Amino acid sequence: MSTTLADSTDAPRSSQLLSRYAGSIFWLARQMERTENLARILDVTETFTRHARDEEGWLAVVRINADEARFLSTHAAPTAQAVTHFYVLDRDNPTSIAATLAQARENARLLRPLISTEMWSQINVFHNRVRQLTAADIAPSHLSQLCADIKQACQTHTGITEGTFYRDAGWTFYMLGRQIERADQITRLVDIKYHMLLPSADAVGSALDVGQWHALLRAAAGYHAFRRIFPRDMTPAMVAGFLLLNHGFPRSLVHCVRLAQGTLAQLRSSYRLRGADAALERLEDLSAVLTETSIDLLIARGLHEFLDWVQRELIGLHTTIAARFWPAEG
Amino acid sequence: MQQRQAPSAADHILGGPLAGYDPGQFFCELLGTTAAPDPATIDPSRRVILQRLAEMDVEELRRRAAVAETELFNLGITFTVYSERDAIDRILPFDILPRVLTAAEWDRVERGVIQRVAALNLFLHDVYHDQKILRDGVVPTDLVLGNANFRPEMVGLDVPHGTYVHVCGTDIVRDEHDRFLVLEDNARTPSGVSYVIENRHMMARVFPDLMAGLAVRPIGEYGMRLLGAMAEIAAPSAGEPQIVLLSPGIYNSAYFEHVFLAREMGVPLVEGRDLVVEDGSVWMRTVAGLAPVHAIYRRLNDEFLDPAVFRPDSVLGVRGLMEVWRNGRVAIANAVGTGVADDKAVYAYMPRIIRYYLDQEPILANVETHICREADGLRYTLDHLDTLVVKPVGESGGYGLIIGPHATRVELAAFREKLLADPANYISQPMVRLSVAPTLSGDGIAARHVDLRPFAITGRDTWVLPGGLTRVALRPGSLVVNSSQGGGSKDTWVLA
Repeated sequence: MSTTLADSTDAPRSSQLLSRYAGSIFWLARQMERTENLARILDVTETFTRHARDEEGWLAVVRINADEARFLSTHAAPTAQAVTHFYVLDRDNPTSIAATLAQARENARLLRPLISTEMWSQINVFHNRVRQLTAADIAPSHLSQLCADIKQACQTHTGITEGTFYRDAGWTFYMLGRQIERADQITRLVDIKYHMLLPSADAVGSALDVGQWHALLRAAAGYHAFRRIFPRDMTPAMVAGFLLLNHGFPRSLVHCVRLAQGTLAQLRSSYRLRGADAALERLEDLSAVLTETSIDLLIARGLHEFLDWVQRELIGLHTTIAARFWPAEG
Repeated sequence: MQQRQAPSAADHILGGPLAGYDPGQFFCELLGTTAAPDPATIDPSRRVILQRLAEMDVEELRRRAAVAETELFNLGITFTVYSERDAIDRILPFDILPRVLTAAEWDRVERGVIQRVAALNLFLHDVYHDQKILRDGVVPTDLVLGNANFRPEMVGLDVPHGTYVHVCGTDIVRDEHDRFLVLEDNARTPSGVSYVIENRHMMARVFPDLMAGLAVRPIGEYGMRLLGAMAEIAAPSAGEPQIVLLSPGIYNSAYFEHVFLAREMGVPLVEGRDLVVEDGSVWMRTVAGLAPVHAIYRRLNDEFLDPAVFRPDSVLGVRGLMEVWRNGRVAIANAVGTGVADDKAVYAYMPRIIRYYLDQEPILANVETHICREADGLRYTLDHLDTLVVKPVGESGGYGLIIGPHATRVELAAFREKLLADPANYISQPMVRLSVAPTLSGDGIAARHVDLRPFAITGRDTWVLPGGLTRVALRPGSLVVNSSQGGGSKDTWVLA
């Protein structure tokens, strides 16, 4: 037999990642991260609204996902039942957990030549499990447990990926997708609190309000880290500042944006992909703002508007990356 | 475990869940005989397997079968059936009782397959070049040149090492006289090899105690062998040739196999939209731009391969691919136009084709086939219509054939008219008594009919994967092993 591919060094081949694979792996990371965050948001909303029978709380979930028009065209009111069904089980809703996971699983199938068998099998089993969920599984008494299970399955995916995914350009695109989605999701998680506060601005600082910021931190898995840094106090500004601007918290906006910059720089240096330059350039504005700003400044200028702008910047970044690395054929 | 009386010799061979097993008048693949097994002469490895099975109970076998089924599902070793609303994953049913071939039995099959592949390649080279076999009258000219699978685009095109059929899956059955007979040569894009290897993995997981200590020939090198053959035919390249697997995509029912093979070879699985022809070469679209491709293992039918030459509406292929191939700037496996060799009509001539090119007797016989375009064949067919299966040569999938023993007198009479009106369109064969193998069924272990599809890889030379795909008809008495009609598969063990 003649020589095989194994004889060659990996350097020239690793940049020979199919464009289509790069797009799929980027999306797979986003979809798994999105699923986890949706579970976090539903969980925290369930906590927020537990004592209040508050439809406003559930409407906030619809708002931060920008799904109001679609949701209200098929539902009379944003009840807990309607919103959880819409976001967990409804396969006709492309932003539901069921639909997002189905897309992730299709991407994983496309990527089977690239990803480990363990990665594929776990997603496949997870997807099959979610597909079999029924209305009983999202009843108020079960929702929190279900969200915990979904979160854990997503984290299992993250762990398997970390432990088995070969480190080449494909891994880099995976990391990029995860970082961008995480950055986007933390802005939505903070924004949900903004929406919650809107109808009752005078409740700021009340016992209920503090409890809700607690819940938000817990939803982002940031409660204990926050406490270590701010053991004596907890104000909304401190919590929002922590979730958005803390460099050590792995889900914070600034942490994710810095990682994304580093990942793009790695695409440029390790894999000599010049397309990364345009993406790095696209990220400059956001990066500069994050360097210069403080949470007090953001609140003074309007936190919601800032979060909206960040989301638009991240969409722009995604568009630039897609245009450079997996342009439409032709 | 139940206490048993001291076993008799026969009991010793067929004990436990095999106690009531009855292969009838068929050759049994596990006992290695059509007659009752003789404890004195049975192959020692077969004896070990039978003894190990005798010590299990059916419930234990069922438990293991259920584990295997769940594993196959979880690993996604499935084919997907798409409906409007849903995508349903199905597994190919897997029977956990292996089919066993001794070294001597396998030797016959292996040599026969190699001979057959050699003849197919020589035949294809001839019909696309000098057509000597047609001029010598060994195979009727119109049968080849008038064949829907004859591709005029291939005339005069030279392929490396004269190899057209790089992957061949030969469907073989064994009759009650222990003869291996070829049913069909699959020389286009035969599938099923992924199940061969996954079945072995599954056996290692759920039934390690059955194989322990037995010298079963390994099959893990298939991907490496295929990659090696692709490298042997690849177009010239500066460094290592870039090989890809071309798939129609995730909606194809064999997508799992495409993934499997791409992984085993360590090459990209591409779709037509990932490839482009520019400057006389084939390129794939990567994140770094276009990268050259030197060899394509395609799992796409001829007519979809290149819309510039074949079906213009194909979105699965690559425009301009044939031209690049013709110029030797890329290699394609299997070659275009191999369908003319595995056609039913040409099949009947395979023994003569083997003799013509190789000057050898066929090692593997065809199922006895009567060619109705020849006077002798027609006369024999007419005289024995009620005992034969008569098939139109142009059709596939069992259309338009008649099974004599199952037909009414009226049906036979009507068919006789059709046959006489166009004898050249028909061949006839006797009913073959397919061998059986012990299979886990609703009533415990029972005999079920099986066939065998070995896979042969040819670059410069031919290599045959030891064993191959054993398909099993899970319905009692059924001779149909196709997965679409209640068929499953077994692990196939070739003893060293």
